[in-house]
Amino acid sequence: MERNQMHRQIANTRKSFFDQGYLDEQFIQLEELQDNSNPNFVEEVVTLFYRDSARFLHNLDQALEKRPLDFNKLDSLMHQFKGSSSSIGAKKVKTECTNFRAYCNAQNAEGCKRTYQQVKREYTTLKKKLEAYFQMSRQVGPIEMACRPR
Amino acid sequence: MPSSSSVSRNSTAGGDSNVLDQFPAGLRVLVVDDDPTCLMILEKMLRNCKYEVTKCNRAEVALSLLRENKNGFDVVISDVHMPDMDGFKLLVHIGLEMDLPVIMMSADDSKSVVMKGVTHGACDYLIKPVRIEALRNIWQHVVRKKKREWKDIDTSASLDDVDRKEEKQAEDPDYSSSANEGHNWKNTKRRKDDEDEGEGEGEERDDSSSLKKPRVVWCVELHQQFVAAVNQLGIDKAVPKKILDLMNVPGITRENVASHLQKYRLYLRRLSGSHQSGGNTPSFFSTPDAGYGSISTLSDLEIQALAASGQLGQLGQLPGQSLATLQAAALGRSGYSKSPISVPLIDQRNIFSFENPQSRYGQVQNRQGHNGNITRPMNLLHGIPTTMEPKQLVGMQGSFAGLTSQGLIPLTGQSQSQSQTQSHVSRHPVLPGQVVSSPGNHVTESTGNRFQLRGSLGIPSYGLVNNGNQIQTRPLQGADLTFDPSRHMNKNMQGQGGLNVLQHNNYDSGQKIGGNKVIFSTGEGSGTHVVDNSSMLKAEKVNYKSTFCPEEYSQDDLLTAMFTQQQQQEGIGQGENELGLDWYSLDNLPV
Repeated sequence: MERNQMHRQIANTRKSFFDQGYLDEQFIQLEELQDNSNPNFVEEVVTLFYRDSARFLHNLDQALEKRPLDFNKLDSLMHQFKGSSSSIGAKKVKTECTNFRAYCNAQNAEGCKRTYQQVKREYTTLKKKLEAYFQMSRQVGPIEMACRPR
Repeated sequence: MPSSSSVSRNSTAGGDSNVLDQFPAGLRVLVVDDDPTCLMILEKMLRNCKYEVTKCNRAEVALSLLRENKNGFDVVISDVHMPDMDGFKLLVHIGLEMDLPVIMMSADDSKSVVMKGVTHGACDYLIKPVRIEALRNIWQHVVRKKKREWKDIDTSASLDDVDRKEEKQAEDPDYSSSANEGHNWKNTKRRKDDEDEGEGEGEERDDSSSLKKPRVVWCVELHQQFVAAVNQLGIDKAVPKKILDLMNVPGITRENVASHLQKYRLYLRRLSGSHQSGGNTPSFFSTPDAGYGSISTLSDLEIQALAASGQLGQLGQLPGQSLATLQAAALGRSGYSKSPISVPLIDQRNIFSFENPQSRYGQVQNRQGHNGNITRPMNLLHGIPTTMEPKQLVGMQGSFAGLTSQGLIPLTGQSQSQSQTQSHVSRHPVLPGQVVSSPGNHVTESTGNRFQLRGSLGIPSYGLVNNGNQIQTRPLQGADLTFDPSRHMNKNMQGQGGLNVLQHNNYDSGQKIGGNKVIFSTGEGSGTHVVDNSSMLKAEKVNYKSTFCPEEYSQDDLLTAMFTQQQQQEGIGQGENELGLDWYSLDNLPV
């Protein structure tokens, strides 16, 4: 049935997130928090994350424009961004953040800029994927989301 | 122990009853994090744990919230990196002002940061992203802390019980009239306390009381009478027998008076000595020496915190008399100072001039109360860590406003100004239901009797608990805390299994003067008594103290002083109230 197919599709999509390393265990924590009183909790959190983290990116963009680069500030900004990303389970984003910070510590401007681009790329990719995922989920109903294969 | 729960319920601490009734459900958590995503997730997680959550994205706001709702929260969870205030600073503030358990969080799991959490007194450190499992057990920190507090209170409470019992048994000059202690105490306490918190004390006391001789608790009023008698006789001529006669208080013996007199003299010496020194704050208790170095630091910090928190509203208003009051309170409460605290002798300049009975106080280190001898900052506060800096004591003074009602003789002319805390603020933890025993029924039961640290006072969370040898500050919920040294340790206010034997030991062993070496190790912390009580510095201060690294806060004036102070003290940890003066320890000294 179409509904079943949709369910399967959603489940597969979801699984791929984990398999491909886009999301980690923390995302499951969010899913587990979702309940009847907060049926769209995961989506709400992710939406909040993307909305809020935009400021980090904005600040990072600005900081990277400066010459010379203030590595401490960059590191601090990225640390916060990383913390935020990790709270929703954005695994790849988190990894790139770590790389960025390593370059900051090494005071490697090129490395910083390069990895920053990667951060943004992963960030955007995940955003699109999750948006599609939530849209699918909404179509089949929130209850489906709460279930996850054990 | 029966009534432990009732004690908690009766406790004025708002959260206590909630916590204990449905524990851990309903635990009131304040979560502070500038990241809205994290905040949202944490909130949901905590709600799922059935906790009552308040979220806050700014540290300053969080502090205000905490200050406004003194007993409104049970535990605080805070992020380390926040834009408006460093998480560790918040941690310290909370520890000092509210003495709540604080859990730190960060995505940073580097050892140095985690260590910082430890040294600053965090009771736990969570690595982000936080999992709900990690949050489910945070209640343990609340319980642990309360347990420590209760232990302290217990000690003091038992002190009270003993006292009561003595009174009720009437005129029994025999110390060992403990036959009906339990029973009598109960009755006594109930009668006495009924206007106070309740019978938490009485109920708990009844069992083990019979073991040791009852101890007189020198409540404020009783002390006032004592001081009046001493003044009337003239300090030089004030001998216990005459004082006893003048006081005309049933239920106390010459021995009680004698030991109290000894302490009083020491206290006065310290007062005059420190008073002169200016920087030192005269306090009831001698500076903790070696063994207690740390104790005082806490008080300093606390005071500062208090000051910082603006809780010292009453400070300026405290008349000199409050000092006396505090002093009295301190005297009344003094338990056994545990340690080898030398009791600095202070010149009696201010009030009395009596010789330094060095012979009596074997351990007294300072001679003739010369300030010069008092090398360390002396916070001679009974039960208060002696190393309180003057300004730190200020805070304490403020909190002891309640004591002013006693109208005690202002022993020290210390100004209550912030700059010098000479208050002997006796931070007496106020335990709900604790009745400060005042020998003789005539003593009014008003709060004045007890050294209450009302929550409303500047120092809500600091109660001085005299655990036998030590007087520690404990978070007070506005209850009166009566110290029941040793012996009555078992009479926990909250049904604590009983303070450790140590206390008993201390008691039995007699009194160690000021420098009791006995450190109660109520099993909680290290041998130092303070450890147990140190509820002051937040979280498990005890554990962190020794490794406290103040350098972080060097820039912060408030914190700097605190930390510096701490640094000066060794074993800062407990800091709470290391009393140099152990009133009761003087009992065995020839009067």
